[in-house]
Amino acid sequence: MDYYDVVFSGFGGQGILLAGDVLAHAAMLESKHVTWMPSYGVEMRGGAASCTVVISSERIGSPFAEAPCCLFCMSKPSLFKYQDKVKEGGLLIVNTSFVEASLVTRKDVTKICLPASEIAHQQVGEHKMANMVMLGMLINACKVVGMEKTEAAMEEIFSGSKKKTLPRMIRAVRCGYEWQPTADNGPIEGTLP
Amino acid sequence: MQKVFARPATLRETGFHFCPGCHHGIAHRLLCETLDHFDLQEKAIGVPGVGCGVFLYDYVAIDTCEAPHGRATAVATGIKRVLPEHFVFTYQGDGDLAAIGIAEVIHTANRGENVTVLFINNSVYGMTGGQMAPTTLLGQRTTTSPSGRDHHNDGYPLRMTEMLAPLEGVAFAARVCLHTPAHVKKARRALQRAFEAQLDKRGFSFVEFLSACPTNWGLAPQQCIKHIDEKVLPAFPPGIYKDTGAGAGQDTGTEGE
Amino acid sequence: MMRGSIALAEGAITAGCRYYFGYPITPQNEISEHLSALLPEVGGVFMQAESEIASINMLLGAAAVGARAMTSSSGPGISLMQEGLSYMAGSELPALIVNITRLGPGLGGIAACQGDYWQATRGGGHGDYRIIVLAPNSVQEMYSLTIKAFHLADKFRNPAMILADAILGQMKEPVTLSPPEVEIPAKPWALTGAKGRNPQLIKSLFLADGEMEKHIRHMHEKYRRLEETEVLVETDLEEQMDLLLVSFGSCSRMVASAVALARSRGFRVGLVRPITLFPFPADTVRQVSRLAGKVLTVEMNTGQMWDDVRLSVYPGCQCRLLARPGGSIPTPYQILEEIEKFIKAGDSLAKSVR
Repeated sequence: MDYYDVVFSGFGGQGILLAGDVLAHAAMLESKHVTWMPSYGVEMRGGAASCTVVISSERIGSPFAEAPCCLFCMSKPSLFKYQDKVKEGGLLIVNTSFVEASLVTRKDVTKICLPASEIAHQQVGEHKMANMVMLGMLINACKVVGMEKTEAAMEEIFSGSKKKTLPRMIRAVRCGYEWQPTADNGPIEGTLP
Repeated sequence: MQKVFARPATLRETGFHFCPGCHHGIAHRLLCETLDHFDLQEKAIGVPGVGCGVFLYDYVAIDTCEAPHGRATAVATGIKRVLPEHFVFTYQGDGDLAAIGIAEVIHTANRGENVTVLFINNSVYGMTGGQMAPTTLLGQRTTTSPSGRDHHNDGYPLRMTEMLAPLEGVAFAARVCLHTPAHVKKARRALQRAFEAQLDKRGFSFVEFLSACPTNWGLAPQQCIKHIDEKVLPAFPPGIYKDTGAGAGQDTGTEGE
Repeated sequence: MMRGSIALAEGAITAGCRYYFGYPITPQNEISEHLSALLPEVGGVFMQAESEIASINMLLGAAAVGARAMTSSSGPGISLMQEGLSYMAGSELPALIVNITRLGPGLGGIAACQGDYWQATRGGGHGDYRIIVLAPNSVQEMYSLTIKAFHLADKFRNPAMILADAILGQMKEPVTLSPPEVEIPAKPWALTGAKGRNPQLIKSLFLADGEMEKHIRHMHEKYRRLEETEVLVETDLEEQMDLLLVSFGSCSRMVASAVALARSRGFRVGLVRPITLFPFPADTVRQVSRLAGKVLTVEMNTGQMWDDVRLSVYPGCQCRLLARPGGSIPTPYQILEEIEKFIKAGDSLAKSVR
């Protein structure tokens, strides 16, 4: 059985739930079983936001992740909350525009620290699209869904009035997908799957 | 020979269960006359509330739906929203409408729900045995206000017609009484105006009937009439409080008694 | 991909429901918000009532005139609706009531829990009645069981309830939609105006001697037929089993994960998931529990369905409960631990609330 679960976490307003949504949607288009489970509570902009995406070749039981294969992290509080839960040998993707790479203390996981907001700002002129840059990196690193289905998923999600942002969103995902780490901007530590 | 008085077609051929001297029977008859007048037997749906009026369906030959205590106007709303071309009315007592169901009636009125409410105010809980109602007069003795209603403890009589009339959704609101033939004629006319409001789709219509409850007032029917004139009318002035229809005020006036 | 609440709203539209009456309460607002946009588009009516009390009674009125109609709410609101539900059951009126539960008693909280099982399956309001209760455990079922609930309500002239929680309401999963229904079964009892027929009456008041007993016996005859013909249950069994798990709704998802974990470690376990909570799949539990001998009930409350399980198990079976009330969710590993302990132990009827 192929089974992959990701916790997306950060602040409200960073597009955390949306990033999870795109991955989940792409997984559905890849004919996988998939669940997307948001954390929810009293609504508050700037408060914590997170969601869990489970992707499997078989029917999914729990939509929650006790020890996720991957953590997609865009804020310090969410790093502190979730980094110890990532399963051994798992993947940790951190936006260093918000979180110092030195705070990532796990040694037994693959770490990808990328300045996603800067990349988004430089490449698509919109630092808020950091979530899509991060997602592109995640898709490349975890190999659970392909770019083709990801773009197809985005076309379905960004339809109607949201359609005008689609080309830049896709560009942001591609930037993340193709991003090459260098020694000074945050090397990948560990081995990718 | 000309027939000048007959049983309305919608009034079933059966005796009322109401106590002697009770005015529910007159209100029922007026309801049936008005249903006949507008030829509504086949498109009327009645919603009796809980109280002495619940047996409406035993007397009025139309489709009827019981409502939980106080909820008649909500039930009527549900019916009217599904069948907007049908004629929908409720028949509620003062406990039902002015106490437990006051939220429902205010919101139904405020939405301008196109239904008609017949409100029987006899200032006492009849069916449960004479307890204090929201409309009980100050000083009136009931089984739960044995030394008379005292506003320090029990508050004041609620005047529903005056409360509802200013709401924008209300097309017609009147208070009438049934203790003299002249008043009955005025009541009939008011009820017709209320029906017209619904038939013209003008919104919520409301008629309050001041009614006697000889059993729970502890008075003979004759004494009840005197009681209404002397005690009830000063507290609950009759009249048309709102009428958005054409020719409003021409034949009934807004005068008190 | 669709959120559970949205799937439920879409299911209602598919089923031909055109009338919604409700009052805002978390965590079910997505249902009413979605329907407030959808219903006018299909010629229906969406009404935000002044209270849950008004909502359920508007629903009563709409049902009395033969419409497919629904309301949705959560714990406190469902409590306010119990009066109307009792009247609707007594008046034999079909409609859908959705309870996306929250924590209780009182204001509680908005997390997922299963503390309304008793309220839902025992009637909830006054009097001797039951309502049909369906418990989805996926977004697909939020859609399809909503349609099913309308069918059962109409077929048995009885209110039906979807009992779900915020996990199912907020979660997104892929959903396969079915073609919309155009025909709603004829309802000759409905009030439509006494045209060409005698006046009809919808009521729950029966004062004459023996009349009420006759009415209740008639209602219970329906409930017996429901138990005979309409039980829905999902089973995941093995030929040889050392333990049977019973769980419903969102909680059964965690249990399904635990079953997979247990099997991968060589434990022989099965799972029974009641889909209809009333009628409860008593026969299935009885038969399967006989094979397993040990029955572990897992619920997100202090043990409510456990009552029905214990009434249903084969005599002599050992029963245990893993209960997580108050918004806590049992994890698959926690359930696994309980499975392991129970299989290795010999005692019976031990209750553990953690």
